[in-house]
Amino acid sequence: MPGPCGRPARAYLGPMRALPPILSDWFASRGWGLHPHQAAMLDRARDAATLLIAPTGGGKTLAGFLPTLAELAANPRPGLHTLYISPLKALAADIRRNLTTPLAEMGLPIRVEDRTGDTGTTQRRRQRADPPQILLTTPESLALLLSYEDAPRLFAGLARVIVDEIHALGESRRGDQLMLCLARLQSLAPGLRRVGLSATVEDPEALGRFLAPGGCTILRADPGPAPDIAMLSGAAPPWAGGGGRHAIAEVLAAIRAHRTTVIFHNTRAQAELFFHDLWMANSDGLPIGIHHGSLAREARARVEAAMAAGSLRAVVATGSLDLGIDWGDVDLVIQIGAPRNIKRLVQRIGRANHSYNAPSKARLVPANRFEVLECIAALQAVAEGDLDGEPRPAGPLDVLCQHILLTACAGPFAADALFSEVRRAWPYAALTRADFDACLEFCATGGYALRAYDRWRRLMQRDGRWQLRDPRAARDLRMNIGTIVDTETLKVRLAGRGAALGEVEEAFAATLTPGDTFLMGGQIVRYEGLRDMVVEVSRAPGRVPKVAVFSGTKFATSTQLAARILRLMNDPAASLPAHTAAWLALQRQISRMPEAGRMLVESFPHDGREYACFWGFAGRNAMQTLGLLLTRRMEQAGLAPLGFVASDYATLIWGLGPVTDAAALLDGDGLRDGLEGWLAGNAVMKRTFRTVATIAGLMQRNLPGQRKNGRQATFSSDILYDTLLRHDPGHLMLRITRDEAMRGLVDFSRIEDMLARTEGRIDTLRLDRLPPLAAPLLLEVGKVPVEGAGRARLMAAEAERLLAEAGLSG
Amino acid sequence: MAGYRFDFHGAALEARGSGALWWAARRVLVVSDLHLGKSARMARRGGALLPPYEGRETLHRLEAEIRATDAACVICLGDSFDDLDAVALPEDEAEWLARLMAGRDWIWIEGNHDPAPIAPGGRNAAELRLDGLVLRHIARPDARAEISGHYHPKARLAGQSRPAFLLDGARVILPAFGAYTGGLDATDPALQDLMGATARAVLTGPAALVMPLPRPARARRG
Repeated sequence: MPGPCGRPARAYLGPMRALPPILSDWFASRGWGLHPHQAAMLDRARDAATLLIAPTGGGKTLAGFLPTLAELAANPRPGLHTLYISPLKALAADIRRNLTTPLAEMGLPIRVEDRTGDTGTTQRRRQRADPPQILLTTPESLALLLSYEDAPRLFAGLARVIVDEIHALGESRRGDQLMLCLARLQSLAPGLRRVGLSATVEDPEALGRFLAPGGCTILRADPGPAPDIAMLSGAAPPWAGGGGRHAIAEVLAAIRAHRTTVIFHNTRAQAELFFHDLWMANSDGLPIGIHHGSLAREARARVEAAMAAGSLRAVVATGSLDLGIDWGDVDLVIQIGAPRNIKRLVQRIGRANHSYNAPSKARLVPANRFEVLECIAALQAVAEGDLDGEPRPAGPLDVLCQHILLTACAGPFAADALFSEVRRAWPYAALTRADFDACLEFCATGGYALRAYDRWRRLMQRDGRWQLRDPRAARDLRMNIGTIVDTETLKVRLAGRGAALGEVEEAFAATLTPGDTFLMGGQIVRYEGLRDMVVEVSRAPGRVPKVAVFSGTKFATSTQLAARILRLMNDPAASLPAHTAAWLALQRQISRMPEAGRMLVESFPHDGREYACFWGFAGRNAMQTLGLLLTRRMEQAGLAPLGFVASDYATLIWGLGPVTDAAALLDGDGLRDGLEGWLAGNAVMKRTFRTVATIAGLMQRNLPGQRKNGRQATFSSDILYDTLLRHDPGHLMLRITRDEAMRGLVDFSRIEDMLARTEGRIDTLRLDRLPPLAAPLLLEVGKVPVEGAGRARLMAAEAERLLAEAGLSG
Repeated sequence: MAGYRFDFHGAALEARGSGALWWAARRVLVVSDLHLGKSARMARRGGALLPPYEGRETLHRLEAEIRATDAACVICLGDSFDDLDAVALPEDEAEWLARLMAGRDWIWIEGNHDPAPIAPGGRNAAELRLDGLVLRHIARPDARAEISGHYHPKARLAGQSRPAFLLDGARVILPAFGAYTGGLDATDPALQDLMGATARAVLTGPAALVMPLPRPARARRG
């Protein structure tokens, strides 16, 4: 039987320091002791902030709760004592179950409750009136709690806050929002102590500062033995493609040889294809499940329960299984496709140790020959302990705008006090007063240069304090809480039966025509039609599916890994599988190998279009920007580009005219000049704007119920973007969008680095066919269309064709 | 803007890329669903503070169309104002509108957002008959030779969705001309039920593009 929040800690039976008898007796009765890091957490219980870095299976969560249990056992008291925050709702519910049983056995009068988006209204209300001692919640639910007028009363006695999986939260806006909420909590409960629980990270000190800028104790648990990690050797992967279906037989053999295997994919579509083929080959009928974010919640819950119960031999998954969910006794992780990010790989395989002292075991399956290189580079990096990571930039202002509006929901506030409080959150430590005031102005009046209307206000100043003009607006603002802005998705269900299978992105649904088949939950389904914003499908056994292109989480390969790969490709002594060596040789023969100090550009016709492949190795975001800048210049040069796709290594552009002089297109001054004009009108900026405008409260989030009556559909955020750009180009939302894009999706500094590295050494090769190295790029998802002459020509041709087909010509 | 010219019950009409309908013989320009004052209405209701520029944006485009066609008469097919309070436009927009109206016959058809007579000048009408054509806000299923708006139709071609005119032998439905307007896809039953078998869609944009009316992916079951 496992311990309360982790696995039995038989490794260490040291003295039960600082544990009240009721707890130590209970541990002793089970023959359990504490891990050293759990004991250390008790020793450090009075510290203002503590960050614990521990591998999975080390009883990390228990370590976080022990000081709370010790304090409450010694001095029972009503009222909220400890707030536990997890990035996942499911995790909060798990922890509640795992804490409730031992507390009952010890007879401790401690109430533990969770509160998430799934908690019912009655319980929520009761929790605010009569809070439990331990409340388990998510960053969004905490933001909501803080937006109520009774927040000061609720949190006044709060003693501890535990942030679980803080390494994951630290990488996103959710973490920025959470740190603003912690600053607020600290104002309401000045004695509040903070605890962070994290998996292995490259820079624990930075994460400690993120948790508590005023200083943080860092505790490291024994990381355990080094992982057993290698490539799943054998069949050569295909020339191109993703998904690793060539390795089905080997993967099945590995599943048979282990108790429980988790098979990770980089995208949902690949997971679906792989799962389908795995089942076709699964002649023993091994119980195998699938788990990804597009599946219906019930379907995911079934798989999670089966995993926890140990009744599955394997799960095919995407990043949706990365956090929190109880993995049961997983003893093997298989990563299909290149891992893209070494730190995440290490964190994943760290979870595959059924016992704390055994090495975790992982196998990599490169899905194509380029990924063989990526996998070899990743293995080298893991062996050298070279974790990648970039420092988290300052907190974005859209999140601050949301925070200001939610603060106003809780009651009147003074600008000076809020400014000081916000700066006590690490992401906003360097916030200027001017930026704060701009955000406040945006929240109050919209911040428009044109101020024609008195009634154009959301916040009013009264007696020097800011408050909502209309308190009823609080309801809408609370509905808009959160920093995750989903892509628009549509539900998929079987026609006539109503059983939900999952969701697909709206953009994917729009490409379907009746009769198209795609994979969903491992079944091939046939698209029947769209009805009331639901994609209706029927079962289509035995057909070959049209590849589902709905995208899942796609990690960007880190800078470090990209550099390693470039070195590997040019290392004559590198030990590569024969097929990969032969492929690189073919590339050298047909074209040329990209080199560190030069930029290779391959230009070739393929499938009726002209392609150009720019090998810049600058990382996905910078390569994406390069695509946007280059297509703009190509449009001006009359090359009629139609679209492009970027990988971490290359940008592949297609259009109607061939690229003959890449050096002219890549001229640094030209690219820089193009940047300003270009930033205005492209799809990436508009996508970024949509996120920014939604978080900041300029646009109301599209709620599922509202989208049903499509008639009054909210108009596209693109219209707001275009309007602002034309009439108010200095507006705060555009500035935030630009900043976000520049450091996130645009990453222009890495284009500068790339240009400096190559210093004009650009080799344009004109080839008569698709070169070997560029082939996998054709299958990348995330293609960006280019609006221009080329597309206009294609649209006109398509309209012509449809008219002729319908007999309506002329 | 290059338009799509078609004959409609004896009238030679042009569906323009801007979303306006031009009747050259009568020098009549028809636009629908301007929704002026939409951001102000939302702000009054305590909702999001949208950029208050849609009036300028819409008037700017309307002025360009009036100049390009040298229209003698402008007919607005209803929902010209987002609500009756919005009729009181900000001063600069009100002056701009007055300038556009000066020297032209200007007719406001009533819409569901602006159902009562409104008074920024010009004439008001619930609907209008002109040379055998009838102009009103919401299409009637049994109508013939009818020009209407209301639905904000959009249509999709080669992966692009754009505001679109829908037309067949009996009716023309205009896209919304206002800046802050969403749209209803042409495959929606509300539009499919109105349009006949030979219906076409004319996509707005730099050049108007005509195509067969897109049909729903599949006829419904049962």
